[in-house]
Amino acid sequence: MQKSLNIDPGKCTGCLQCEMACSYEHTGTFNPSRSYIKVFTFHHEGRFAPYTCTQCDEAWCMRACPVDAITVDMATGAKVIHDDKCVGCKVCTIACPFGTVNYSQATGKVVKCDLCGGDPQCAAACPTDAITYVDADWTGYDRMLASAAKSLPSAEATA
Amino acid sequence: MQHLIIGAGPAGVVAAETLRKADPDADIAIIGDEPEPPYSRMAIPYYLINNIDESGTYLRDPKQHFGDSNIEVVQQRVDKIDTKGKTVTLGDGSSRGYDKLLLATGSHPISPPIPGLDLPQVSSCWTLEDARNIIKLAQPGSNVVLIGAGFIGCIILEALVKRGVNLAVVEMGNRMVPRMLDDKAGGLLETWCKNKGIDVHTSCSVDGISDSGDDQVEVSLSDGSKLGAALVITATGVKANTDLVADSDIEVDQGILVNRRMQTSNPDVYAAGDVAQGVDFSTGNFEVQAIQPTATDHGRIAALNMAGQGDEHHGTLNMNVLDTVGLISCSFGLWMGVDGGESADLYNPEEFQYINLQFDGDHLVGASSVGKTQHVGVLRGLIESRIHLGEWKQRLMQDPTAIMEAYVACTQELSYH
Repeated sequence: MQKSLNIDPGKCTGCLQCEMACSYEHTGTFNPSRSYIKVFTFHHEGRFAPYTCTQCDEAWCMRACPVDAITVDMATGAKVIHDDKCVGCKVCTIACPFGTVNYSQATGKVVKCDLCGGDPQCAAACPTDAITYVDADWTGYDRMLASAAKSLPSAEATA
Repeated sequence: MQHLIIGAGPAGVVAAETLRKADPDADIAIIGDEPEPPYSRMAIPYYLINNIDESGTYLRDPKQHFGDSNIEVVQQRVDKIDTKGKTVTLGDGSSRGYDKLLLATGSHPISPPIPGLDLPQVSSCWTLEDARNIIKLAQPGSNVVLIGAGFIGCIILEALVKRGVNLAVVEMGNRMVPRMLDDKAGGLLETWCKNKGIDVHTSCSVDGISDSGDDQVEVSLSDGSKLGAALVITATGVKANTDLVADSDIEVDQGILVNRRMQTSNPDVYAAGDVAQGVDFSTGNFEVQAIQPTATDHGRIAALNMAGQGDEHHGTLNMNVLDTVGLISCSFGLWMGVDGGESADLYNPEEFQYINLQFDGDHLVGASSVGKTQHVGVLRGLIESRIHLGEWKQRLMQDPTAIMEAYVACTQELSYH
């Protein structure tokens, strides 16, 4: 069974270890501003919510890419950006309704979560199990997908 | 089943692929009239600056992909469509029958009525062939005049600057990209471009272009300036390629009119992409959008319906993203606002930062931003999901940058224990 990230905001303490691990894995530096996973802070509620790409079936980013630079990693199901093909046009960054494909001015390419090839470092670094990498059953991640699908009428058209 | 697709751009290619998945046994053919494999015009600016070679503009690997998917690609012009006999006649005199036909013929650049546009130094920037011509003439240090600072003009602008030319831009509107950005955002782009040494003329038109010898031309502007140039590029808008159906039973307005299944007034003929006048998500009106994400959405929806598996489409959201010599801007939906609506913005001209949100009740209906590269897609999510923002509307009115927080809070259970 394919695995997916399971995010449980209720367990997140806002320590940002996931952002540190992600940026180190992908850029070689500990730089949360270049992390592909982001922890959002909700001051009013006193909550934190880690958030990243859901590797959604719709793959809005992949479909919008004009040069075939985003493909599915058959092993993990991740939608992966190929830097050698990405021209940096950013169409995927507006096509992704979750806001999880971003342009990197440092590289001139777009970046997104690739599940670290099947060993997501954010999950490995999380000290409270707010982020886990589990069988893609009925995870919080699926809930995230489902609520997104419900909220996006165009997602239904091709479900 | 015989599916015939006219047009080898993104709409046509995505339609062919969707058809192949939906109907594994169907005959599928794409007919395109350019002497190139299916390619993406979106990628041309990156070809102009040698970021990619020509093959980098190809929509798919032409050697592998179409053969592997059993999609026939035919390089021919289509001369005539007979919707009664359900055949098309090709440039070589042969004809082909179809059960379902998709018109994905795209659009073509339109030229303003300016004397001298037929000079060899004047080019549009639309096809790979145009790009090859521009690469020859836009040498480092040469003078180039760009007519039109719309979306396409601004994308080319970036590439021309990177090629090291001395660039002047002429735009009839009172600001840059007037159909995508408001006065504040367009003004930021103009200041940014001027700071980068680009000679920007807004509220200005070109009176004429004349040959001044030595392969140079002189461009006369309505503000009295005269600009010498080795190359003049026109980017003054595009128009749907509807000629093929001019004398048919297929209804045409600004583009080919299609219903929510991308079906034309002839039930066996569909249209998608720049040529199609389909339903707009924000207004419910039928409009030609001529943007890449709409082309691929159209292609997919048309194909599913051609295969008998489709649904009615809720409409495509108009959106654009632009990189103007390093300053990134985008806009979504009703970025200009609605009657009786409310708006919030954050404007920081010193830092070239701007975000503007447009609300109708507690829905976000439009947005634009300058200088923002992170999480801009969520503006689409917020608009297209018609989320009730509830208390988050007030928070966004106070801090329009909190778009991700608003989306996460409105769609996720922050705690479910």
